[in-house]
Amino acid sequence: MERLIKSDFVIEGPDKTQEIPFDSVPVTYGRDAWNRFRKNKVALTAAILLLLLIFMVIFGPIISGYSITESTNTAIRNNPPDSKHWFGTDTMGRDLFNRVCVGGRVSIAIGFFGAVIVTVLGSLYGGFAALLGGKADMVMMRIVDILSSIPNLLVIILISVIVDSKGIGTILFAMTVTGWCPTARIVRSQMLQISQSDYCLAARLMDISPLKIVIRHLIPNTMSVIIVDATFRVPGFIFSEAFLSYVGLGIQPPGTSWGAQAAGAQGMFQFYPWQLLFPAGMIALTMLVFTLLGDGLRDALDPRLRR
Amino acid sequence: MSDMLFEVRDLKCYFKSGKKTVKALDGVSFGIYKGETLSIVGESGCGKTTCARTLLSVYTPTEGAVIWNGKDTASLSRTERTTFRKENQMVFQDPYACLNPRMTVSEIIGEGMKRHFSYSGEKRQKIINELLETVGLTAEYASRFPHELSGGQRQRIGIARALALEPECLVCDEPVAALDVSIQAQIINLLMRLQAERNLTYLMISHDLTMVRHISDRIAVMYLGVIVELSDAEALYENPLHPYTKALFSAIPQAEPESDWLKHRVPLLGEVPNPINPPSGCKFCERCPYVMERCRKEAPQLQEQEEGHFVACWKSVRSTSSHSQQRLCRGESTGFALQIHLTQENA
Repeated sequence: MERLIKSDFVIEGPDKTQEIPFDSVPVTYGRDAWNRFRKNKVALTAAILLLLLIFMVIFGPIISGYSITESTNTAIRNNPPDSKHWFGTDTMGRDLFNRVCVGGRVSIAIGFFGAVIVTVLGSLYGGFAALLGGKADMVMMRIVDILSSIPNLLVIILISVIVDSKGIGTILFAMTVTGWCPTARIVRSQMLQISQSDYCLAARLMDISPLKIVIRHLIPNTMSVIIVDATFRVPGFIFSEAFLSYVGLGIQPPGTSWGAQAAGAQGMFQFYPWQLLFPAGMIALTMLVFTLLGDGLRDALDPRLRR
Repeated sequence: MSDMLFEVRDLKCYFKSGKKTVKALDGVSFGIYKGETLSIVGESGCGKTTCARTLLSVYTPTEGAVIWNGKDTASLSRTERTTFRKENQMVFQDPYACLNPRMTVSEIIGEGMKRHFSYSGEKRQKIINELLETVGLTAEYASRFPHELSGGQRQRIGIARALALEPECLVCDEPVAALDVSIQAQIINLLMRLQAERNLTYLMISHDLTMVRHISDRIAVMYLGVIVELSDAEALYENPLHPYTKALFSAIPQAEPESDWLKHRVPLLGEVPNPINPPSGCKFCERCPYVMERCRKEAPQLQEQEEGHFVACWKSVRSTSSHSQQRLCRGESTGFALQIHLTQENA
């Protein structure tokens, strides 16, 4: 049995000689995440590409010099890409670059707003389920189980038949009516996990009120998970919208979207492949960019990877 | 040392897991005197943490009571409960999990102060800076985030957070188990210094027997939800009475394995039984080298064998009456004590 003697313990307090000096500015949580995100070349490229895409769909029509409401021009129908029409022209003689930009506005808007709606709904629902706990939590999560067991496509078709309009609003409603369920599950489990953490226990032991624990501990630490989830949801909505427009349940003329454009061009694919390739390529690119961005954000924000 | 701060009476804490019941605490009684360090030792899963958390009313006891300053903690009034929370704080095992990653050190330490004291923002910051100095950091750390700090520094922040409420009792749940050995010494010394300066009472949970001996006034040995031995620290190390304690101590690695340490090893067979289905009678009976018929039928209670030295074992009960048994017991423990003295002199 060896005894600890006094001389075993000498240094008390930080070892001044070996102390690494701090940077002058404290590294906030967000800054720390940004530093890690910046080092991730793939995610950074994706973020830049996304900014370019958004810039293109907003300012593309101005750059191309053709008006959004341009009339059809039968003289230049189905032209391949050239210096005047960068993406070629469509079957009605409209500039395809212009059309892709205009369609992109709809696709990206649906992706963005769809993700925002499901995130807000899902976070509130999941958050309340976690906080109420017990029987309320059980009932609320069984409702989620039931809702998410209904096939998505069926819900969307039913809603578009019942509502009998095929605008952006209807599509968003149809896609988000059950779409918040996975978010609710994620937020609930994250909140439950954090409420079991040592720092929440410490707050309870200091007699901090439950409301303050929610505001100061639970919500800030759930935000990163919510943001990452929202980023991953965007490509899903863009693809769903494209799919719906493709099968004719989505945006109707004169409105357009990438999905609608791809659907319109598929019949003539053998003769005018660029009419399909450009909108389809944009769908693929946008989805890829959001997925890579989500990956990068998860790596940068996940507290478990920070040790 | 005479005033009792906590008195734990026959505390039981069961957890339902499906249809089965996990008996995490199965009748634990002890007291904590003001200003002392009581340590609870035992292997993983024996109920140490449950015991600490039930003491602080994190878990509601299934049976039994925790008496704090003469009052049952289950029936405190609102103001009494606030005082109870303020006076009893916890230091956690995992310095990486016990600080909110989204708050600055200043916010972490100040959180409880905002609740319990009505200081102005300036005064609070001044106290926070003083606390940081007290735990061996500098005021520079106040604006930092936990992810900028090392494990030892975070543990100091955890201690500062607990001290911010000026508690009289700290429950330390394996405060150094997750730290490097050199940092462990620093933190333990810090805790001991704080105790001397502020007259704190400690309940120390640990499985590091060497460290426990260094810091404790009294030690309780737990096995499978019960206390098997409770004694003054020195008396326990020099004369362990319960076979489990003997086995535990003989498992402490020695600096000189060539010495007669190996001869006195008390090997334990098998694993800790599942607390869902503990053995009847003495909980230790399945692994005890001295098991008797009586052990399998009746559970022994803690009984005072020597002054202030309690043990729950049928064998040691008999050993006081039977001369031969007593000699056997003594013989072993003297060898043990002798060895301790030898190493002490060497050191």
